[in-house]
Amino acid sequence: MRTVPLNYYLILSAIVFSIGVIGVLVRRNLIVVLMSIELMLNAVNLTFIAFSRYLGSIEGQIAVFFVMAVAAAEAVIGLAIVISVFRHHQSLDPQEMQLLKW
Amino acid sequence: MDVATVIFFSLAALLIGASLLVVFLRNVVHSAMALVAALFIIAVFFVILQAPMVGVLQVLVYAGAIMVLFLFVIMFLNLTASEPRRRAWLSFAGVSTLLLGGVLSAMLTQTEPAADPVAATELFGSPEMLARNLFNDFVLPFEIASVLLLVAIVGAVVLAKRGS
Repeated sequence: MRTVPLNYYLILSAIVFSIGVIGVLVRRNLIVVLMSIELMLNAVNLTFIAFSRYLGSIEGQIAVFFVMAVAAAEAVIGLAIVISVFRHHQSLDPQEMQLLKW
Repeated sequence: MDVATVIFFSLAALLIGASLLVVFLRNVVHSAMALVAALFIIAVFFVILQAPMVGVLQVLVYAGAIMVLFLFVIMFLNLTASEPRRRAWLSFAGVSTLLLGGVLSAMLTQTEPAADPVAATELFGSPEMLARNLFNDFVLPFEIASVLLLVAIVGAVVLAKRGS
């Protein structure tokens, strides 16, 4: 079975990454912003795996392992921050978090 | 159009649709469900690209553990207030994202080895080969990742604990 060119995968992951960027920019709900970041990380993972397959080297898959570990840590810490922010403001709107803004 | 191309394009359409739903659905639980769907489709891509082990981990860790954590927090906070729209930002975000996507695609597709994939052996992507690489060349990053996870656990407990 013939395989799809590498470029198809790269363009697909660029599209998914850009959709994640839109989510971070337009949504005003911290949880959805975090989920968009997860989407962007997964687009990068897809790039890693595609390169790993087309270059025949396993290092791309190893990198995806570490991205997953860091993403898990990021999700845990991010959600803990979301919970404590919600306790303070009773809302998840990022525009209300301007304590550090001068 | 051969079978591989048809499969790729149908999966790609599903993935882009699910990602758009994640970003544009109003209900947080619904967008979490769309994210689960998107993660599953990415796992299917991993399996197609001869990374079955990473695909299984994707389903277990992302679609399983991390998304359960997200849903748990959504239920825990019990959000009722509707989210205001950022109309002024939408056009700016659209334009800048189109630019970003164009630049990313142009840069990524400049890579040379786009013609034919290297002939893969039976072993490629198997847990055995992955483990052999992970525990030989990448032992130090592996240990650092374990320390990172430990720090994340402690940090999450400290942050989410009720203020003393």
